[in-house]
Amino acid sequence: MRQPPVRFIALLVLFALLLGACGTTPAAQPTAAPAPEATGAPPVEPTDAPAEPTAEATQPTEPPAATEAPAEEEFVFGMILVGPTNDGGWNQAHFEAAEYAQARLPGSRFIYIDKVNPADRPNVQVEQAIEELINQGAKFVITNSAEFADGTKLAAEAHPEVYFLHASGDAVLTGSAPSNLTNLMGRMEYGKMMAGCAAALQSDAGKLAYLGPLIDPETRRLVNSTYLGAKYCWENYREQPADSLDFKVTWIGFWFNIPGVTLDPTRVATDFINEGNDVIISGIDTTEALVEANKASAAGRTVWAVPYDYEDACAQGEDVCLGVPYFNWGPRYTEILTEAQAGRFESQWEWIGPDWSDINNPDTSMIGFIKGAGLTPENGAFLDDFISKLADGSLDLFTGPLNFQDGTVFVAEGAVADDLAIWNTPQLLEGIEGQSAP
Amino acid sequence: MQIQDAGGQLTSRATYQLADLADYLARLVLPFLGALVLTTVVLLTVDVAPLDAYRILLFGAFSTPIRFGDMVMLASPLILCAGGLTLTFAAGLYNLGIEGQVVLGAIAAMIPLRLFPDLPPPLLWMLSFAFGAAGGMLWALLAASLRLGAGVNEIFAGLGLNFLASGIALYLILGPWRREGSASSSGTALLPRELWLPTVGSLRLAPLAPIIALVALVVVWWVLSRMRWGLEVRAVGLNGAAADRLGVPAVKRMAQAMAGCGLLAGLAGTLQVLGVFHQLIPNISSGVGLIGLLVVLLVLARPIWVLPVAVVFATFTVGSVQLPLTLGIDSSIAGVLQGALVLAALVSRGLMQRRRRA
Repeated sequence: MRQPPVRFIALLVLFALLLGACGTTPAAQPTAAPAPEATGAPPVEPTDAPAEPTAEATQPTEPPAATEAPAEEEFVFGMILVGPTNDGGWNQAHFEAAEYAQARLPGSRFIYIDKVNPADRPNVQVEQAIEELINQGAKFVITNSAEFADGTKLAAEAHPEVYFLHASGDAVLTGSAPSNLTNLMGRMEYGKMMAGCAAALQSDAGKLAYLGPLIDPETRRLVNSTYLGAKYCWENYREQPADSLDFKVTWIGFWFNIPGVTLDPTRVATDFINEGNDVIISGIDTTEALVEANKASAAGRTVWAVPYDYEDACAQGEDVCLGVPYFNWGPRYTEILTEAQAGRFESQWEWIGPDWSDINNPDTSMIGFIKGAGLTPENGAFLDDFISKLADGSLDLFTGPLNFQDGTVFVAEGAVADDLAIWNTPQLLEGIEGQSAP
Repeated sequence: MQIQDAGGQLTSRATYQLADLADYLARLVLPFLGALVLTTVVLLTVDVAPLDAYRILLFGAFSTPIRFGDMVMLASPLILCAGGLTLTFAAGLYNLGIEGQVVLGAIAAMIPLRLFPDLPPPLLWMLSFAFGAAGGMLWALLAASLRLGAGVNEIFAGLGLNFLASGIALYLILGPWRREGSASSSGTALLPRELWLPTVGSLRLAPLAPIIALVALVVVWWVLSRMRWGLEVRAVGLNGAAADRLGVPAVKRMAQAMAGCGLLAGLAGTLQVLGVFHQLIPNISSGVGLIGLLVVLLVLARPIWVLPVAVVFATFTVGSVQLPLTLGIDSSIAGVLQGALVLAALVSRGLMQRRRRA
């Protein structure tokens, strides 16, 4: 009987482990946006953002005593991020918001652990990562993914002396949150309506494709909002019948690419383009939609993209970018952290919209939309008109009649959907092609 | 038992044992030094004080009860996998399908939890472990039958079955077992709290996990070194054809070794579900099967060494979580250290053999 060479096996195993490790790099390498930090070499990520040099000095040198409290005045707040801090999307928006808050909170220090997900850190659960932040002195912990709902709750129950903010969650709303946990989310529905409008304004073919993450109430309501914005602008500015607008969504299965687990967003985006869709709207954390549209455009096709989450996301394909709806977490984080530092923490479920007087005001508006270079000036003017209608309240797209995909009524004629109905959206709307997972 | 030293020199038993011990120590120390050198180079290139990094990697997991508990919860499935792999290594089989066996074990462990959620938890746990063990065993036997029946090398059969197992897990997570109203590859809904294996205080340490792992390891040691069955398995591993001719049912022994390994892998998968993740996730094995292969490569399939080496590997992994926070380096350095250890072990082993032959 043969003896397979041990070395060969070892190589195979190492190779397999390597593959596992490789699979974790963000699919689209974010090219250094004008953003402060993004240029850093990916493998070595300084963990204490701007306070780098001092951070090392203040580190507790004795691991066994890692719990020792930091200097008295210092207010340490930590963040658990589901993806890398330079993803050009969701996570970068959170990361830079924390830096924004640190710069405005005297005596504060920001620490974080990023890439907390089973693909990048297979043996680390969110509670464990939170524990490490608390060991480093964190008095306030922000977790930034819907996937962290359960872990954040567990950690909050185990650490009543620490405050927690779960971004995008609703444990406070459902009454399952301990009193040291608060929820914060932005009304991205408005941003997505603008995204859909921009897409419909610019599309020649009237074929829009939405690169969806996983399916849950949040992602459904965002797809619905995009569709409503697109449909409104298609009918009212383009003056086309609604049924000539194609709107499809393909879900990849997670917030970003995990090789072997999710659909590959790059593949999905190229499929969209090959099927003749001329605008790709991204709903995932990373920038594949824009990157692929940019490539196709360089190859002579007319394709546009609307990225998501992060204000500088257009940087990875300026010319094909129609604009980006983004989160600006910084101002509200700063307020909440200031309150907590002063001992006035309040557990609440917050869902904050744009500052309609200036949706791109970095110090006041939670949700913004930056027009991209790809959007023509006249379409830009239409979009401004659309935004002004949303702003003055004369237009509420969640007004009935609105039906779900299966024909059941979501909003009756003349009625307007309330916040809870939108927050818990159970299905996609009629007119959208794609899976609802009801 | 040692695959590499098959047909070694004839020496008296006493000197053999002494030489064996020295040999063994050298084998443990040399690779460790080699791995340290390699990892140190890596650390120096990224401008990190190696001593600080090593202190965290080696002792970080023991710095708080919480981290220690996490280490134990990682070491337990690792011990089960490595223990199982010593069986297949002894039989001369390379069970690279162990990852899939962990996954199938985890999937099977979910079945009673979903079917009979109202049974008393202790009964459900027993059912769950039984199902998990059976699931892992079936998956291993599938690889074994491909090897023994269809002549497909078990390495490739195993790798193929790994993909199939993750595919099934993913299908269940996104399909029939998805959370109500959503479809996310992040995992199924969390199990109800009363179904989580009981833990010590507020730690994540479930005492049942290390108990099962240690009992399993003792059993593996016992059958391999104290029972005729183990002798026969080792004979098959050294020379299957010869063993067959001497009356050892080689095919049966190989299949049994695979089944035993699959059973332990299935238990590891069950622990991941009941004690660690409390849900089914696509990466439910979290790589314990692959790390188990590294452990076994390092200890050359000797069950008694599995325990310390598995603990050390788990220590690296748990300790490494602190690295990005305290030193600003990525925690994957633990993987570098683990890989370097195995590589250095193989190299030093090869060198020693060459010297002995010379």
